[in-house]
Amino acid sequence: MSALRIAVCVKRVPAPGSRINVTPDGQSVDATNLGFTTSPHEECAVEAAVQLVELHGGSATVVTLGPVEAEEQLRYAASVGVERALLVSAGDGLNWDPQRTATALASAIASVEARDGVFDVILFGNESADSGGFQVGIRVARALGRPVVNGAKGIEVGDDVITMRRPIDAGFEVYELPRPCVIGVKEGINLPRYPTMKGRLASKKVAVEVIEGLDQPGGQARVRLHRPEEKASSTIILGNGPEAASAVVDLFAELGVLT
Amino acid sequence: MSEFPTKAKCVVIGAGIVGNCLVGHLARLGWTDIVQIDKGPLPNPGGSTGHASNFIFPTDHNKEMAFLTLDSQQQYIDMGVNNTCGGIEVAREPQRLEEFNRRMTSAKAWGIDAKLITTAEVKELVPFINEDIILGGFYTPSVSAVDSLRAGTLMREEAIAKGALQVFANTEVLDVETDGVYVTAVVTTKGRIECEYVAIACGVWSPRIAAMAGANIPLIPAVHQMADVGPIQVLVESNKELAYPIVRDMDTFCYERQSAGSMEVGSYAHRPIFHHPNDIPSNEESALSPTELPLTMDDFDPQMEQAIELMDMLGDAEIKYAINGLLSLTPDAMPVLGECVEVRNLWSAAAVWIKEGPGIAQLVAEWMTFGYPKLCDPHSSDISRFYPHEKTEMHVEARCAEHFQKTYGIVHPREQWASQRDMRRSPFYGREEALGAVFFDARGWERPQWYESNAPLMAKFPDVCEPREHEWDGRWWSPIINAEHMQMRETVGMVDLTAFNQLDITGPGALDLMQKLSVNQVDVAVGRGVYTPWLTPHGGFRGDLTIQRLGEQHFRVVTGAFDGGRDEHWIKRHMPLDGSVTFENKSTSLCTIGVWGPNAKALVEKIHTPQRGEAGLDNESFPYGSVLDRLLAGIPCTMFRISYVGEFGWEITTKMEHGLKLWDALSAAGQDLGVVPVGIGVYAVTGRIEKGYRLMGAELESEYMPHEAGLDRPKVKAVDFIGKEAYVAARAAGASTVMCTLTIDDHTSASGIERYPVGGNEPIVTADGSRILDAHGRVSRVTTAGMGPSVGKFVLLAYLPPEHAVEGNQNLRVMYMNELYPVTVARVGSTPLFDPTDARMKG
Repeated sequence: MSALRIAVCVKRVPAPGSRINVTPDGQSVDATNLGFTTSPHEECAVEAAVQLVELHGGSATVVTLGPVEAEEQLRYAASVGVERALLVSAGDGLNWDPQRTATALASAIASVEARDGVFDVILFGNESADSGGFQVGIRVARALGRPVVNGAKGIEVGDDVITMRRPIDAGFEVYELPRPCVIGVKEGINLPRYPTMKGRLASKKVAVEVIEGLDQPGGQARVRLHRPEEKASSTIILGNGPEAASAVVDLFAELGVLT
Repeated sequence: MSEFPTKAKCVVIGAGIVGNCLVGHLARLGWTDIVQIDKGPLPNPGGSTGHASNFIFPTDHNKEMAFLTLDSQQQYIDMGVNNTCGGIEVAREPQRLEEFNRRMTSAKAWGIDAKLITTAEVKELVPFINEDIILGGFYTPSVSAVDSLRAGTLMREEAIAKGALQVFANTEVLDVETDGVYVTAVVTTKGRIECEYVAIACGVWSPRIAAMAGANIPLIPAVHQMADVGPIQVLVESNKELAYPIVRDMDTFCYERQSAGSMEVGSYAHRPIFHHPNDIPSNEESALSPTELPLTMDDFDPQMEQAIELMDMLGDAEIKYAINGLLSLTPDAMPVLGECVEVRNLWSAAAVWIKEGPGIAQLVAEWMTFGYPKLCDPHSSDISRFYPHEKTEMHVEARCAEHFQKTYGIVHPREQWASQRDMRRSPFYGREEALGAVFFDARGWERPQWYESNAPLMAKFPDVCEPREHEWDGRWWSPIINAEHMQMRETVGMVDLTAFNQLDITGPGALDLMQKLSVNQVDVAVGRGVYTPWLTPHGGFRGDLTIQRLGEQHFRVVTGAFDGGRDEHWIKRHMPLDGSVTFENKSTSLCTIGVWGPNAKALVEKIHTPQRGEAGLDNESFPYGSVLDRLLAGIPCTMFRISYVGEFGWEITTKMEHGLKLWDALSAAGQDLGVVPVGIGVYAVTGRIEKGYRLMGAELESEYMPHEAGLDRPKVKAVDFIGKEAYVAARAAGASTVMCTLTIDDHTSASGIERYPVGGNEPIVTADGSRILDAHGRVSRVTTAGMGPSVGKFVLLAYLPPEHAVEGNQNLRVMYMNELYPVTVARVGSTPLFDPTDARMKG
């Protein structure tokens, strides 16, 4: 088996946990107070790529389509062990629907593969944390003519095949895919590591290759974003200290967690 | 939850360490009907307290800050939330070892157990440190980390238990209302509360809340980067929150603090990153909290490299949590405390760190209760210290940017600001510049400290013009100062005093107001000026100034640039609101030249044109202490026969537009009388110290009273004044400390270099190196240090308890840079070293 070559595709998305405001024109997210991160499924995909390389050798390349700021997400992947980084330029990142994104990514990956060799497996997150289209990985696979399975909770690399499994109600489905292939990874496949300080410093030395992908209009256009009404939440204080105990027990009984 | 009230005595805004401790201390002082609100949830509403590293290194060169920190640490101990782990400041650069000697000296002054330790000893305490890159350490066993959120909860609960407090979380302030003079109400998302007092204790948001009432709290939220990295095996195995001392890597401006199994790495080395209070996200918009912003990694990378260099194990630890944490910075790096100058009963308790939080809360509570704190003098934290130009966003940002990276820096007591200079210039500035003036900043005023044009005089006075051997002692100083001094005492000097604050008080109520504020009798004849202290309600010094009676209903208060703002606020705060007193700040329309020396009279006479009926300038017609209008070079001037340097002469004041002509006339007329321009180095240090004159903020602080400073008169005036009762009682009980003048007998250090203290709270100790405390626990320390060129000695001012305050006492030492130097008590009380009978000055 030649050295394993993995690509892992990630997307720069607003960090979760806070209210996401929309710009007045409704066309984008107001980034004033936002941090950015990688979608959780993709963080797991990065971790899976790193673990596979640790196990089998070879190399992993992180790929993103996005604005120049998305270099932050590439370096984050580099800081946890990915050796190579590819930024597919997307200008200001506006109106990149799944079709247009997949076209650009597939063309960029194809051009890199023509130069450096085919990726044995291209990992995606199952879906992105912001738009959640569930499409890009499948579209890239189709464009490249490769098999694809989503929802991976386990990946094993063999000499000829890549075995992937995903949970169903009754157990697991197991797939064997030929190399090269595309796999959509689901959160829970692993526990992504945090970068170490040395990893962060090393990531600064990783060269980010910027490449123009094929830019063809997609089939969707954004009308406008809107922020849904927040659900009001309230807190009931059951009491302070030991005197709260009986109220807590009552609540547990009501919730049915006491047996 | 109780209903939201519509009325309260006091609303405290903020439930961080300061707000929580403030409600606790107010309740202890008997306040009731307090309402505390915070826009965030409890117990962590999302301000700076919530992400603080919570550690306390008690040693500080600044007395006020050291005192408040020690007091706070004791409060944390009393609350059971203080975890003592020890702390080591490590040096990478040789000059840092020198600084450690200075820190040892300050530790001695404040009674903090500390020692210098070798690299090997550092390694013993912190086995995972890279000893190859450090030169030694400054170890303080009492360094601790505290649980500031728990402390806040305890203080709130105490006030609630007393029935004094209602607390409302998730309640945002929408407006703060005033009636134009007093604060009247706070409007919140839960309703409007009418109240008599409002205390703003909401950290980085304080400027925004103050602005709602038309007030200005000058601070800027700034980023302090911090990362929590772990797990680290050696820390996990310790099975403790803090098994190892906290390390401050002083020369890289970083710290490493264990937090159970991981290490917090914090930095003050990155570029200054500011956020306007209005740009801080809301709790809902924040992933973590409003003051825990996403770390900007690029800024932190260099610090990570340095941290790994110091502790290699950090490199392999995972970055689990990393923030751009917001904290409050002010233009001079001190807190902003006290009543806002714009609105009565609107209080600021802002720009406070965990280490000094409880102490400052107590101080502000006392201030609100008694009119001035008892705990210690808030002189350098007082919000009224700022002048208008110092409260602009531009100034705040410029100065904060300048001092942010000095957080762990080695800052000389005389160090000058580089930014925001040339803000205020006297009319003489151009002449002074041409004379090679070296300008020091005095709250915006550019004041000549000395004149390079006087350099040739050093050859005339070689005995007192030796350069200082040690660079630190001679930094921001020149022997030219001593030459100027000698020449002034021989002929005559001109001193630019335009930085004076000149405050005119007029109207039928003016006399009563001045009497109420002043210890000394100010009901004097028109044309007389008096020196007087102003006291706090507890009898301590609140002001130190002169008052000229320019008319039956017209008084002019003249005070220094460093106290002008505070004195103005004190006057306004005590002014009746019935219109019987009018206040006018004349400072920027007047300029003043001090003309002093044996030839002063001859010089002024040369340009004096006596008007009809006027007498001359001799002692009889213009006696000491009188204030008279005179025409000099055709310019109407007000001349005050007084001196801060102990020579015959006047403070000559005229309108700003006449200033340049007056300067030129004096300068020209003085050529054959040996006139020299004289800088503030003489006025504020050498000339003053030889005469034993006290300075507000140095010798004179609210912890001391006039009879202790040697500024008491034989009788206390009959008319009532602020602080009289306490002062009279203390006076009757006798002084437990006395201001003394000391001289250094031998300057030679262990290394053979002659050292000259710079006057930064160096302790006066017994021969065996023990601290000296008076009956009230006040430590003896140097309040001013400087050369006395005319007495040929290096002079120190310090308070000493009576048993040590004995003239000729040679059993004491001054500690400077961790070495002891022998001193002699040369004077006890106010009698000066130079010209003890004041014959030269009074003529």
